[in-house]
Amino acid sequence: MYISIYGNVSFVTPNHSGIYGPWGRHIRSLLRFAGLKYGGHRCGGDAPPSLQTLGDVISAELRSSKHWELTGEGTEIAEQGSHEARVFSSIPLEGLAQSELMKLSFGKIGFSKAMSNKWIRVDKAHEGGPRIFRTVENIEDQVREKLLLVQRGNSCELEEKEKNELKKRRLLSEVTVKSYWITKGSSFSTTVTKQETELTPEMIATGSWKEKTFKPYNFEAMGVALDCGHLHPLMKVRTQFRQIFLEMGFTEMPTNNFIESSFWNFDSLFQPQQHPARDQHDTFFLSDPALAHEFPQDYLQRVKRVHSEGGFGSQGYKYDWKTEEAQKNILRTHTTAVSARMLYKVAQQKFTPVKYFSIDRVFRNETLDATHLAEFHQIEGVVADYGLTLGDLMGVLHQFFTKLGITKLRFKPAYNPYTEPSMEVFSYHEGLKKWVEVGNSGVFRPEMLLPMGLPEDVSVIAWGLSLERPTMIKYGINNIRELVGHKVNLQMCCCYSYVTMYVLLN
Amino acid sequence: MLRTLMPRGKPGHEELSAGDDVGDLSFIQPVSNGWTSQSGVKGTVSGSYNRLVGSFFIVCWRGLAANMPTVGVRRELLFKALGRAYTDEEFDELCFEYGLELDEITSEKEIISREQGDSKAAGASDVILYKIDVPANRYDLLCLEGLARGLQVFKNKLEAPRYRRVRPVSGESQKLIITKETEAVRRHAVAAVLRNITFTQERYDSFIELQEKLHQNVCRKRSLVAIGTHDLDTISGPFTYTAKPPGDISFKPLNQSQEFTATQLMSLYKTDSHLRHYLHIIEDKPVYPVIYDSNGIVLSMPPIINGDHSKITLKTRNVFIECTATDLNKAKIVLDMMVTMFSEYCLQPFTVEEAEVVYPDGKACIYPELAYRKEKLSSEFINRKVGINESTEKIAQLLTRMCLRSRATGVGDEIEVEIPPTRSDVIHACDIMEDAAIAYGFNNIIRTTPHTYTVANQFPLNKLTELLRQDLAAAGFTEALNFALCSQEDIADKLGKKISETRAVHISNPKTAEFQVARTTLLPGLLKTIAANRKMPLPLKLFEISDVVLKDETKDVGARNSRRFCAIYYNKSPGFEVIHGLLDRTMQLLEVKSARGDGYHIQAADDNTFFPGRCAEIRASRSPPPRCNQPL
Repeated sequence: MYISIYGNVSFVTPNHSGIYGPWGRHIRSLLRFAGLKYGGHRCGGDAPPSLQTLGDVISAELRSSKHWELTGEGTEIAEQGSHEARVFSSIPLEGLAQSELMKLSFGKIGFSKAMSNKWIRVDKAHEGGPRIFRTVENIEDQVREKLLLVQRGNSCELEEKEKNELKKRRLLSEVTVKSYWITKGSSFSTTVTKQETELTPEMIATGSWKEKTFKPYNFEAMGVALDCGHLHPLMKVRTQFRQIFLEMGFTEMPTNNFIESSFWNFDSLFQPQQHPARDQHDTFFLSDPALAHEFPQDYLQRVKRVHSEGGFGSQGYKYDWKTEEAQKNILRTHTTAVSARMLYKVAQQKFTPVKYFSIDRVFRNETLDATHLAEFHQIEGVVADYGLTLGDLMGVLHQFFTKLGITKLRFKPAYNPYTEPSMEVFSYHEGLKKWVEVGNSGVFRPEMLLPMGLPEDVSVIAWGLSLERPTMIKYGINNIRELVGHKVNLQMCCCYSYVTMYVLLN
Repeated sequence: MLRTLMPRGKPGHEELSAGDDVGDLSFIQPVSNGWTSQSGVKGTVSGSYNRLVGSFFIVCWRGLAANMPTVGVRRELLFKALGRAYTDEEFDELCFEYGLELDEITSEKEIISREQGDSKAAGASDVILYKIDVPANRYDLLCLEGLARGLQVFKNKLEAPRYRRVRPVSGESQKLIITKETEAVRRHAVAAVLRNITFTQERYDSFIELQEKLHQNVCRKRSLVAIGTHDLDTISGPFTYTAKPPGDISFKPLNQSQEFTATQLMSLYKTDSHLRHYLHIIEDKPVYPVIYDSNGIVLSMPPIINGDHSKITLKTRNVFIECTATDLNKAKIVLDMMVTMFSEYCLQPFTVEEAEVVYPDGKACIYPELAYRKEKLSSEFINRKVGINESTEKIAQLLTRMCLRSRATGVGDEIEVEIPPTRSDVIHACDIMEDAAIAYGFNNIIRTTPHTYTVANQFPLNKLTELLRQDLAAAGFTEALNFALCSQEDIADKLGKKISETRAVHISNPKTAEFQVARTTLLPGLLKTIAANRKMPLPLKLFEISDVVLKDETKDVGARNSRRFCAIYYNKSPGFEVIHGLLDRTMQLLEVKSARGDGYHIQAADDNTFFPGRCAEIRASRSPPPRCNQPL
């Protein structure tokens, strides 16, 4: 039957339903007139027969009862006796070869049951193979008798336990019968007019809609799923972060260079060459093109010196710094490599304060799990100006996170090779009732800035966080693969709501 | 290049009847063999939502999370050393303030039960353990002794001890003679003696544990430095540090009952879950490092194993410590760390007996260095960098609480700061400034807004991308986001191309085939997205605007990114006109007219990836994007 989405819900009653009551016949014909079925499927249609099409012509009250019924096998047993009884009766006094018995349709099941009832015995040593003999003269086929009781409608004489036992043997089944008790409704009538489902242009043109009655819509139903395109949820969150930076006056850095030299990714950031992050286990190195060839030579020499000997007020790391190590090409492990290039560029001109940001991919050759992939997006903000303080960094972070709806912040001292001081940013999570880490920040080390040629009284403050984590938390995603990459669940993509970062954390 | 997708190699999809599984994608696979079977690591979802939130926005900035060492200490011992008990919350708070992280409160029993099951944990201790994360550059906080000392000084309950190097009472210091053979494998060594030390089980455990922590961190898994500690009373100097062919070294290693040659040891430890990680450091060398005493007893074969003969026990009273290294500076730091942490238990606390190291050229050095360095800086510098306004005296006090003994010199606002041998992390004035800020309390600093005036600019390429994405979604296409890394097969074989034609950059150390190359086209990712979403009702309309990577010799690194736009229409009927329509819409948005002269048009092209006769190139004849026969 066709159901309009705002029209009536189906009307399906179970097999055993019936229409009872003083108006039975009338109602059956009314139902037929309304074009509705009132029987047929054995299914759990709990809805009362929907007679809304007819207004309050009748009222229907659902009444349900349960009763027991024989299954196909049960009916067979009621007629011919239980399998075990049939085994018993098929064994003559002189016994029967077991192999013969097993050929009978009821042989296998009946044999074991008859054995456990001790009605028969097996003589395994009998010549010509195992042979079955009767052990008692008469038997009482209780199973059949019980089933017969049920068949005659006297199931109430059986105990629940017995019925359940038979149900387990699939001889009985419990059937729920639903019926409707129907009485006259408030606007009962023996004649009805057919209701219109939809308004048509003709009705409007002729004015006939004034005389028609219309089927009421079912406003409980959902609307139709629309055919529309969607932006990727992670990219939507990215747009939000981008917006925040732009609102705060930050300029976007060109981060469209996934391949980076170790020099810009590590050395320029004063990250020593034996640092574990530069290990094969942590970073993707390239075999082709394996090495970078162009570096600003005088800058490279200054970087070499600050690592190996110190200078610029630093003790340095006191190790043998190698150009070959710096030349190695990698997939960048952070966008801070781009920040380093940008700050170097700033240092080559007369200094003017800058505020930069970027949100782009970074790569780590790490062990993968449900929350870690080999590539993810890093969000980074950088401010370079004369005389910036640690208090300024906290102030900027406060503004940034306030725009995300995160106002309760505190800072923990941390360690990072290229910032000093370094601070982990924690936010109070109202749901978890605890402080959780939301980002990382710091003031770039003089060993990084001074070799670039930035003026000594210029400080650079910066912070970073990942794009995936807040997004996963926002959408309650446990496995990052559902969010990023080809295993994404497109269905889910369509279900994402507006990215209001205000509810990001709570 | 935006090519409309008409993958070839499909057996007539027109024949699909209404009853067919609409999700079946088998026919879209270009020429090939399985986007669908392409998988890589199967994602097993482990970890609950809570765990996820607990670890939250993981740190992006390098060098943290993964490398942060964790120190496990018994709570009661820690509190005893701190001179008072804390509630877990109070202690957590203290850690936070000091830059530590109380990562976990657990017990040995709990750890074993978690890792090996309840049955194994039955007899284990249920004494409460604190697992504390320590910053990777604070080697002085890697054991109970150092942690407690640092926190006591921080809380003003203790004055930082002064570590002193002393000459032996007997007058003759222990000697370690380095021979020139070591140059081929591990040329540096330093040594020191802890005299009249008293071990208890707890101190002994902590002593061993500190060596392990140092080995894992500053020693870079023993590759830079390896520590050997010996019962001095079982051996007699002078000691010789030399290197020999592995067949010529033979001794009874720690916890073994018989002698092995070095060659045998290397194969014995191949299966040792702990030691096998260090074998590679010397395995390929012609000679292995080894230290002998004057009677030819082997002290150790660094960086692999010590001899059994000189092993430390609870009864050991005098400890000989040697550190062999490829990095001398790190060796000095490690030796300083070992002796400063445990000289506390010597008869004369915080004194360390010197040892003499003689180099192949005859030069001799006395170790441990235990150097105190003095730095002068102004309180104005600290106030200005942190954003506070404290007196010179107050700042000197703050620094002293961080184990950096400081005083106002009286010359203007000058402060003299003494950096002890335990604080090898302090290499610049900014490190001192940070310590002042920590002692002041990060969260007591007033948050200010910098007055940096700037005008924001978007990166033009990203600006255009953002605009296009919005309109493509409005055109009914859904955005996909695929990995920049993939297998060679993805960008070559599966598209009917040769890898040599692709200009792809290759990764030298991928852990799986998924990370062999950076993608040179967006198409494989979109096809894989479709393959993974076959249950979705048709049609599927997807797009992606993202970067691919191409080799380019004109760039300093030899490669560059290229921004691409790829769209795919997937249905039971081909729908070329749909994807063509999207192109027209895109060009309309980009203000490129449809024309053969001044504008764009498509024309038939042959491409192995696509079904013959069902592939077109987009050509534009003027300079505005897209350029002729170039990727958009």
